Amino acid sequence: MDEKLKNAIQAIRKDYDVDKLTFRGEYSMLVSPENVVDICRQLRDDFGFNMLSSLTAVDYWPANEPRFHVVYQLYSTENNITLRLRVQVPGENPKIPTIEKLYPNANWHERELWDMFGIQVDGHSDLRRILMPADWEGHPLRKDYPLGYEEVQFSFNAEEIDKKKPYVKE
Amino acid sequence: MVQLQEVTFDELKHLVSDRALTGETMLLNMGPQHPSTHGVLRLMLELDGEIIVNCVPDIGFLHTGVEKNMEAKRYEQAEVMTDRLDYLNTIGNNLAYCLAVEKLVELDVPPRAQVIRVILAELQRIASHLIWLGTQSLDLAAMSMFLYCFREREIILDIFESVSGQRMMTTYIRPGGIWRDVSGEFVQLVQDFLEYFPKRIEQYEGLLTKNPLFIDRVKGIGVISAEEAIAQGFTGPSLRGSGVAYDNRKVRPYSGYEEYDFEVPTATGGDVFARYRVRMDEFWQSLRIIEQGLKKLKELDGAPVRSSNHKFVPPPRSEIGTSMEALIHHFKLWTEGFNAPKGYVYVPVASPRGELGVYLESDGSNKPYRIHWRTPSFVHLQALPFLSKGHLIADLVAIIGSVDIVLGDSDR
Repeated sequence: MDEKLKNAIQAIRKDYDVDKLTFRGEYSMLVSPENVVDICRQLRDDFGFNMLSSLTAVDYWPANEPRFHVVYQLYSTENNITLRLRVQVPGENPKIPTIEKLYPNANWHERELWDMFGIQVDGHSDLRRILMPADWEGHPLRKDYPLGYEEVQFSFNAEEIDKKKPYVKE
Repeated sequence: MVQLQEVTFDELKHLVSDRALTGETMLLNMGPQHPSTHGVLRLMLELDGEIIVNCVPDIGFLHTGVEKNMEAKRYEQAEVMTDRLDYLNTIGNNLAYCLAVEKLVELDVPPRAQVIRVILAELQRIASHLIWLGTQSLDLAAMSMFLYCFREREIILDIFESVSGQRMMTTYIRPGGIWRDVSGEFVQLVQDFLEYFPKRIEQYEGLLTKNPLFIDRVKGIGVISAEEAIAQGFTGPSLRGSGVAYDNRKVRPYSGYEEYDFEVPTATGGDVFARYRVRMDEFWQSLRIIEQGLKKLKELDGAPVRSSNHKFVPPPRSEIGTSMEALIHHFKLWTEGFNAPKGYVYVPVASPRGELGVYLESDGSNKPYRIHWRTPSFVHLQALPFLSKGHLIADLVAIIGSVDIVLGDSDR
């Protein structure tokens, strides 16, 4: 493990209650939504993580607490190290604070997050749908959003699929 | 029936200046069907005369739900969709996806396959840069360049056809190697291209680099400093045009790029011309890599091109008739695929446009639980308002060309 990455992770873990996860030589930290802006600022200012590579989310439906993980991929061009933050977001009224002021390119990524997952981004300057039409209903990348075709009902899953049918809403 | 909801101007008010509300400045819609937007990109422009006050990009016209679709397909089926993302960098998309899957399941790739991957990826880079050069010049009224570039690209597409049977949607690179070994004529075809192409680059340079009509349109246009470019998430030639020598092939090598001798060209202007300079220099570096690749390929003649780990890679056809185990593997792989262990990886590669990153998460089943494509075009497009403010509409056309966007890449 890179010395600089180690220092960064240690410093963050000292100040905040976060879990460290490792898989295939990549390091992630599990942080809570209220800390994410402060942690990002610290990583950017003190440890040189000056680029937001990627920002996305994962839906663990039907799990609800937390339902989503928002994934921030940070990169440092000077030290050539990368670190991932995973933010746990509940299924009821999902919400994260914006990091647009720290990383300007988070703007569109967060719009995509709202569009595709319906995760509200607090303090965002322009939270509109980005890929789907403005009057679209639903958030397509959620796991309870059907792929588009009619799901085939069998006796073992008839009720489960019935719940997702559009006429249930009416 | 869902009632269509009208999108009113009120929802976009915060994106334009107050002067637009009083009618002092003009709002102009550019696209989505406009030849210089390189696809279906719509721009809402606020204009003061001919000067751009605000630019609001509107994307999503080419959204095909690739990520959602890939989540519903098995790992080997999902790969076919990667070609359809960035249709000028199909080999690169295959490569990024396969590297992610290989990292997830810890699969080794034989050296010969690595070399073929590198050669094809670099040919693809040249082909993609040719389209960029052709369209950028066409936008700036150099019509003949467009025809020349497409002529040269044709040779590369013919090479792809000879190895994979397809000119564009190749799906040639597979998890654990490549589909099959290259055809006998491959080396000769690439060799011919290596001899033919340098003369052409010199010809392009002669037509453009010192051409005052071209220089006037590109120098000092769309300037972005190194710090701003990094903050905006710029990667690839767009970032290198601002003087940052960042290239995933160097900083996080994959497919054996660390064994090749090449340079990362940079330029310092940060303007359209600097980005042009970087891509023109990259032609030469790609040729260098291909040349070294061909030498390596010769040494590895006859070596396997697919991993022998048949839990993930189907066994060769010849074994199926004689080995019971091979038959079982074949049957299992083509009926239910392979299961990837629970976990997540992020794999960035250097696409011709910049950093193409694949975030792949598995829940232990035979389908990707979540796959996210971090595409360079998406990130570069959102910097368009930043780059174009205060310029003329004619300059906007040059700027769009210089960040080299592909709408299939940004809309996914």
